[in-house]
Amino acid sequence: MYAQSIKSTGKSVQSLEEMSPEDRAFQERINRGEKIEPKDYMPEGYRKNLVRQIGQHAHSEIVGQLPEGNWITRAPTLERKANLLAKVQDEAGHGLYLYCAAETLGISRDEMFEMLHNGQMKYSSIFNYPTLTWADMGAVGWLVDGAAIMNQVPLQGTSYGPYARSMVRICKEESFHQRQGFHIMIAMAKNGTTDQHRMAQDALNRFWYPSLMMFGPSDKDSVHSAQSMAWKIKMNSNDELRQKFVDETVPQAEYLGLNIPDEHLKWNEETQHYDFSQPDWNEFNDVLAGNGPCNTERLTARQKAWNDGAWVREAMMAHANKKAAKKKATTQVAAG
Amino acid sequence: MTTTKEWPLWEVFIRGQHGMSHRHVGSLHAPDAERAIKNARDVYTRRNEGTSIWVVEAAAISASSPSDKGPLYEPASDKVYRHPTFYDLPDEAGNM
Ligand SMILES: [Fe+2]
Ligand SMILES: [Fe+2]
Ligand SMILES: [Fe+2]
Repeated sequence: MYAQSIKSTGKSVQSLEEMSPEDRAFQERINRGEKIEPKDYMPEGYRKNLVRQIGQHAHSEIVGQLPEGNWITRAPTLERKANLLAKVQDEAGHGLYLYCAAETLGISRDEMFEMLHNGQMKYSSIFNYPTLTWADMGAVGWLVDGAAIMNQVPLQGTSYGPYARSMVRICKEESFHQRQGFHIMIAMAKNGTTDQHRMAQDALNRFWYPSLMMFGPSDKDSVHSAQSMAWKIKMNSNDELRQKFVDETVPQAEYLGLNIPDEHLKWNEETQHYDFSQPDWNEFNDVLAGNGPCNTERLTARQKAWNDGAWVREAMMAHANKKAAKKKATTQVAAG
Repeated sequence: MTTTKEWPLWEVFIRGQHGMSHRHVGSLHAPDAERAIKNARDVYTRRNEGTSIWVVEAAAISASSPSDKGPLYEPASDKVYRHPTFYDLPDEAGNM
């Protein structure tokens, strides 16, 4: 998902009997549905996995602002512009909530930024695709935020307290994102001109498979996923969420009068789910490796923002220190 | 692990509209208290969540430790007489 490239440790999940007494007590707390808080005991693997997962999620929210920020100045009406601006501002907030949650695990904000900027930490593959027309703003809200919501709603029940609490805030804000996207799609695909309908279809064509990739490759045999599920830092399998996304999205596309670009898409009476084609997983791996259409552009924009802002951050800190020193001096004079 | 250049961390508390106490909502980085309040306004009150903001530098907070759970909270668990339901009253006494 937003954390779709967590590497496997290769170790299988231990049974309660195999665990050390601390680890067993920890696992039993999770099994009872208790929340783990920053100062509580936690196995090193749990901490490390969470830093990577929450970090990737935070980076995705921040980098995710770029493809949409691209259209703020070119929105077709003032109202659409205000809507989009509010959404992009929300995403900045989502990134901040998540960075704070990760920081409670002992990594600093600057370290995480550094690892994003030097490529050590990843963000979701979806944001390495370009947003070419205004219809893409509709497709992104509808499909990308829709896929994100599908993953984030169950994560409200994750075992790590700060992560769960940030998910609750995020989910509260997220549903407006998907609705504003679908609203754009209605205006273009259902109520629009033939050209607008064509633009909407084109946006769906380009974003469909990258959206399916957001859930990550099939993990039904992954040892790593099994461990994350036991720790309740992953709540559903990738395939399960992808299926749910397809099942919910197909009727919405039908409502819009748009075609899902998949000739094998078919309702399956037996399973009561849609059968659908998998995205091209070679393309996915390629995008993750840095070779997507916009990887360089996105990373360069992030690095530039960070480097160009350095003097502002430093000046504000220097000013704050100077003011604090002055205040201290005057109170000392007053006291003396 | 914090570098000296990084802005300090502030914990943010917000009082909502309905006369409740300030509640912890999250944290953020800012160079000083004044800026922390302004940032908190942008990060935590975008949808009328609050009418008042407190910020406090995270480093200034002292917290109880998880291992104190027993000594701190167990003494309260066998004192059921601190709850009204402990006292059985006759119906004649009415609501009390
Ligand atoms: Fe998002
Ligand atoms: Fe978000
Ligand atoms: Fe969103």
